[in-house]
Amino acid sequence: MRLLWALLRRDLILAARQGGGVGTALGFFLTVLVLLPIGIGPDQVTLQRLAPGMLWITLLLSVLLSADRIFQQDFEDGSLEVMAMAPASLELVVLTKAFAHWLSTSLPLSLAAPFLGILLNLRTETIWPLALSMVLGSLALSLLASIGASLTLNLRRGGLLISILVLPLYVPVLVFGMSATTGNPEMIMPSLLILSAMALASLVLAPIAAAAALRAYLK
Amino acid sequence: MQQFANPTQFLSLANKALPTIWAVTTILFALGLYGALVTAPPDYQQGETVRIMFVHVPAAWLAMLVYTVMALASAVAIIFRHPLADVAAKTAAPIGAVFCFLALATGSLWGKPMWGAWWVWDARLTSMFVLFLLYVGYIAIWQAIEEPTRAATIARIVALVGVVNIPIIKFSVDWWNSLHQPASVFKMGGPSIAFPMLWPLLVMGLAYTFLFLALHLISIRSEITARKLRNLQIARGEN
Repeated sequence: MRLLWALLRRDLILAARQGGGVGTALGFFLTVLVLLPIGIGPDQVTLQRLAPGMLWITLLLSVLLSADRIFQQDFEDGSLEVMAMAPASLELVVLTKAFAHWLSTSLPLSLAAPFLGILLNLRTETIWPLALSMVLGSLALSLLASIGASLTLNLRRGGLLISILVLPLYVPVLVFGMSATTGNPEMIMPSLLILSAMALASLVLAPIAAAAALRAYLK
Repeated sequence: MQQFANPTQFLSLANKALPTIWAVTTILFALGLYGALVTAPPDYQQGETVRIMFVHVPAAWLAMLVYTVMALASAVAIIFRHPLADVAAKTAAPIGAVFCFLALATGSLWGKPMWGAWWVWDARLTSMFVLFLLYVGYIAIWQAIEEPTRAATIARIVALVGVVNIPIIKFSVDWWNSLHQPASVFKMGGPSIAFPMLWPLLVMGLAYTFLFLALHLISIRSEITARKLRNLQIARGEN
C-alpha cells in the first residue's frame, strides 16, 4: 500500500513538474474550443445546442491524446520493469497509474470544461450535470485509456492505433454523458448512476486487461 | 478434439473437408438466391427493394458470428496456449470485417429508397459501425506488432476487451437512439416475417455461414503455410 501511495505521488509530481501534464491538455482543450465555433459558425443558438456535445468530444480527445504518457516514458527508461518486479501486483500498479492520470489530467479538464462552456453559451442549468457527469465519466475514460496505452506500448504508430482501439470503448460513456446534459431533467440522475457504474466496472476490469498487455511487452 | 489442434492433422482434415464445404456452399447459394430473387414475393410496402434483405441480413448475422468465433478462439488461445487458436482468430478478422462492411454497404443501398437517406444514425447502424471499428482495430494490432508471439498475446486481449464491450455498446446505443427517434422506423421483419420470405433468408444465412467456413479454412491453411515458409527462410538465414 505504501508502495502504491509512493507511486501515485511520484506520478503526480512528474505530471506537475515535467510539463506536458494538465497545462498541455488544457491548452489542447482551449484550441479545439476555439476551432469549433469557427468551424460551426458563431450563431449563439446553435452553439448553445451543441455545447455539451462539443465539450464531451473535446474531453474524449484530450484524454486520448495524453493517454500514451501513462506508461510510455516509464517503459522507455526502464522504471516500468522495476514496478513490474515490485511486491505489489502489476494490476494494482496499473490502477495507480491510471488513477494518477485521472487526477492529473482528466479530472482538472472535466472540472474546467463546464466553465469553458460559458464561451459556447452553455445553458447555466446544465453546468452542474455536465461537471458531475464529466467527473464520473472521466474516471472511466482514464481507465480505458490505460488499456489502449498498454496495448500500444512501444509501437511506432501507436498514436493513431490507440484512437482506433479506444474510441469505440468510449461510445457508452459519451452516450450517457450526453444524456445527463441534454436530456430532460429526470434523466440526469439515472445517467449519472450508469456513468458511475461504468467507472466502477472499468476500475475492476481495465487494470486486468492493461496488466496482461504490459506483461506481453515486458517479457 | 486434441488431435485436430495439431496443425498437420488440421491441414489434412481441412483439405479433405473443403471440397464438400464448397459444394454445400454452392448449392445453398443457388437455392437461397433462387428463393430470394424468384419465388419470394415483393413486399407490399417496400416492393422489389425488399430483396436486398437477403444479402444484407445474413451479412450482419455473420459479422456478429465471426466476432464471436474470433473471441472464442482468443479465449482458447489464452487458456490452452495453442498457436492454432491464434491463427484461427487472426484469419477470421478480415473475413468478419468484410461481412460487416457488406452489411453496412447493402444497408446503405437499402436505406436510400426506404428512408430517403444513405445513412441514418439508427441504433443498429451505429452499433454495426462500431463493430466494424473493432474489427479494424484488431486487424491493425496484428499489422503493427512485428514480433508474432507478442502480436498474438496483444491481439487476444484486444479481442476479449472488444467482446466485453460489445454488449455495453449495443445497450447504450439502443438506449441513446430510443431517446431520439421511435423504434417504428426500423421494423424489418422480426418473427412476423412470412414463410415465403423466411426460408430464402434462412438458407442464405446458412450459405453465408458455409462460405465463411470455407474461406476461414483456406486462410488458416495459407497462414500456416506462410509461417512454415517464414521459419524455413529464417533457418536458411535469408531473412
